[in-house]
Amino acid sequence: MIAEFRRHPGPAAVFFAVAAFLVVFLGVPVVNVVFVAFQDPATGAFTLVNFEDFFRTSLFRESFWNSIYVAAMTVVVASALALPLAYFTTRFHFGGAAVIQSLGVVPLIMPPFVGAVAMQLLFGRNGSINLLLDSWFGITIPFMSGLNGVIFVEAIHYFPFILLNVTASLQIIDRSMEESAQNLGSSGFRLFRRIVFPLAMPGYVAGASLVFLKVFDDLGTPLLLNVNKLLAPQAYLRISTVGVTDPMGYVISVILVAFSLLAMWAATLALRGKDYATVQRGGGGLARRRMRPSEKVGAYAVVLLVLVLVLSPHVGLALLSFGTVWSFSTTPDAYTLAHYHKIFEDTPEFVTNTVLYATLAAGIDVVLGTAIAYLVLRTRLPGRVWLDYMAMGAIVVPGLVLGIGYLRTFHGVEAPWGGQPLAAWWGILVIALAVRRLPYALRSCTAALQQLSVSLEEAAENLGAGKLRTVRRIVVPLMAGGMLAGFVTSFATAAVELSTTIMLVARESDAPLSYAIYVYMQSAAGRGPGAALGIVAVVIVALGAFFSHRVIESERRERAVLAAA
Amino acid sequence: MHPAPGRSAAVGVAVENVSLSFGAMQVLTDVNLAIEPGEFFALLGPSGCGKTTLLRLLAGFERANSGRVLIGGKDVSALPPWRRNVGMVFQSYALWPHMTVRRNVAFGLEERKIPRQQLADRVQRALDLVGLGALGERRPSQLSGGQQQRVALARTIVIEPDVLLLDEPLSNLDAKLRVQMRHELLTLQRTLSITTIFVTHDQEEANTTADRIAVVDRGVIQQVGTPIELYDRPANLFVANFLGVANVIPGSVSESGGRMMFRSREGDLVVPLPNGHRDIRSVVFRPQDIALMAADAASPPDKIRLSGVVSHREFLGGVVRYHVDAGTRAFVVEEPHRRNHVAVPPGAPVSLVLDPAHAVGVRD
Repeated sequence: MIAEFRRHPGPAAVFFAVAAFLVVFLGVPVVNVVFVAFQDPATGAFTLVNFEDFFRTSLFRESFWNSIYVAAMTVVVASALALPLAYFTTRFHFGGAAVIQSLGVVPLIMPPFVGAVAMQLLFGRNGSINLLLDSWFGITIPFMSGLNGVIFVEAIHYFPFILLNVTASLQIIDRSMEESAQNLGSSGFRLFRRIVFPLAMPGYVAGASLVFLKVFDDLGTPLLLNVNKLLAPQAYLRISTVGVTDPMGYVISVILVAFSLLAMWAATLALRGKDYATVQRGGGGLARRRMRPSEKVGAYAVVLLVLVLVLSPHVGLALLSFGTVWSFSTTPDAYTLAHYHKIFEDTPEFVTNTVLYATLAAGIDVVLGTAIAYLVLRTRLPGRVWLDYMAMGAIVVPGLVLGIGYLRTFHGVEAPWGGQPLAAWWGILVIALAVRRLPYALRSCTAALQQLSVSLEEAAENLGAGKLRTVRRIVVPLMAGGMLAGFVTSFATAAVELSTTIMLVARESDAPLSYAIYVYMQSAAGRGPGAALGIVAVVIVALGAFFSHRVIESERRERAVLAAA
Repeated sequence: MHPAPGRSAAVGVAVENVSLSFGAMQVLTDVNLAIEPGEFFALLGPSGCGKTTLLRLLAGFERANSGRVLIGGKDVSALPPWRRNVGMVFQSYALWPHMTVRRNVAFGLEERKIPRQQLADRVQRALDLVGLGALGERRPSQLSGGQQQRVALARTIVIEPDVLLLDEPLSNLDAKLRVQMRHELLTLQRTLSITTIFVTHDQEEANTTADRIAVVDRGVIQQVGTPIELYDRPANLFVANFLGVANVIPGSVSESGGRMMFRSREGDLVVPLPNGHRDIRSVVFRPQDIALMAADAASPPDKIRLSGVVSHREFLGGVVRYHVDAGTRAFVVEEPHRRNHVAVPPGAPVSLVLDPAHAVGVRD
């Protein structure tokens, strides 16, 4: 065991550095949160009294059930949006397929809270749609009232997770599965219900559990829609009003983590022993059918409706950012550039902070991701897989929980360079963002390294290059595509992350975009500049995603031929 | 090609008492080899026999549990791969896709901090040597399989390694190219007179190129010898069966009247084995050493005659291969084919004539 570390001092040093980082910035804060939740505030002894208090308070009980209801209903609504699209694109000759597949980036480039207020103005009680419906038909639909609003907004943002996963599953089902069902007399919806959907189940469960988690943990959307009787907002409000010592925030955090674990566990349980990858090599591929004209009209209508819904937050946000006043009317009264002027003149630091933080966080992620991937795949150091597990573990820690953990852990630690607590330093926010997004970067670095044949490295060593030179000259250049993909995913999601940010921003001058959007959106006067910031965020993230896509594609084309060898 | 200036003489390789295991799995057991300077040496065996592991051990990618490896008389067991100056050509070629052919070939010289001008000359010479002088600016992905193979070779020989290791170098080529590359490889090896160790599972490849072959099975060296020695005098059943087709008759050796005699298990065959010893458990006859005669043909003296029936036959072009059932035994017999020669039809009764002089006694 120890000998392995001693024999490879270089990798061993990296191993311990990474382990120390993960323990200090992920392990300790989370353990701290759990610890406080089970601790008597007065005596410090182990107790369940905090949980008793929690469930005895009717507000918390209501929030608890609301959170479960909202998350579950979002999965239902998102499934209703995603399943027809997935089916149309994989089983029919259908022109809209490419457009639908590109919807997958929507939740990445714009998190739900950014568009929430715009959705209120479009779909709310006095929003554009209901004003039109009222004047035409004399009816209104309560899209956005109370919990409905959260469900509606979250479903529109997160359904692509289900869409992409189910599509991927549908694409690996051998056509003979469906053809034999048709041969035996099944067709249409029965065919879908009895054969296609069960075979696509692994993808559906993966997507649905992800959506459930995202919604269950989401803080920004309910806060901006002013729906506070949910778990995450309650935790935030307790910590920000009562203070970091109040145990209720910790109890809620433990419940959030527990549900994350539960959802993951349920997903793995549902998939255990079900190897549904049924494509046989050299088989017939996908069975695509032609639609009848009437079916075609129906399909296009569904796709159009979904597209309008998906783009509505963006359109609404754009209108809001260019509008002067928008209230009790279908569209703004007049248009102006004043909001953009205001944010670039008065508060350019929001944009620069965002780019700085997201770049640093994504940089840290790629370095850590590459290091962990290398240790796991290319060394035999004992305990190396635990690094991987631990880094991936960040995925079940909601941003709110990590934020609370950081406050608790680093509040009492004074920064060595000045009289402020470490928790108030902007660098801590960067590290928190890096920890949150590490799983994305790690997965794409691991995938990139896995595709690299070991013999490419051995050839370099054989020709006289040591380990470090081999990493520099062979491994890193060949992993560059994967590292870049990881960087961009981390960057994009870190740039618009709110729940950790909201806990850790100590002063406005250190705030990134997401925090500023949240603050601006609180007041009617701030909505314009807030929306303008939202648009800036979307542009930054979309540009990053676009360029990385270009780079990755061109590299892939260059190497495709040899990768197989 | 002239050997590069300052090129040292070829070195020998010695493997002494090497054992290696991956966890509970024993991969190599007490391996001993002495490879002569300048020799073209093949490691031959079925897949999973440990031959590639042995090659990787020489290159420094595996570490033996016990024993040592000497290159040119120096113990290199503790040296990492990058200090060994042992050139290896990988089965997959392992060309770096992000570098041009020239950069690939230059890599090892760059790591050795060779001055720029000399480096460029040597790279060009290596490329010329493998016939790719004009393709230096291509990417590996723009080359055919055979060209990629040559780049891999150039990349390795340009560093003037003490030993050249080839891991199934021809397995990714189509049949015709394989024969051509085999020949080129041998020519190159003779030109550079570099000690070369070559891993293959293809006996034809080993027979046609190697000076000597080590047959490996289940991590143990079964026999070392020239191709003809191995074929004519296999030491054990595995070698007999692995190299060509063998008709095996199990039995035992005993001494009678001062002579070593092999007696088949059924007791019906007795073969004198002048150099036989008591470890021998079978005798082997090669298919071409058995004569096929008409059932009623007269038996030649001092030969063993068995009667049987042809069960089926295969026409292989130059030879016809008969499968003959003789009692409980099944024999494979090969006869050269000539035009207008009438082959014996299946179902025909035949006599098999075995010459005791062709019997080879083997251990299990």
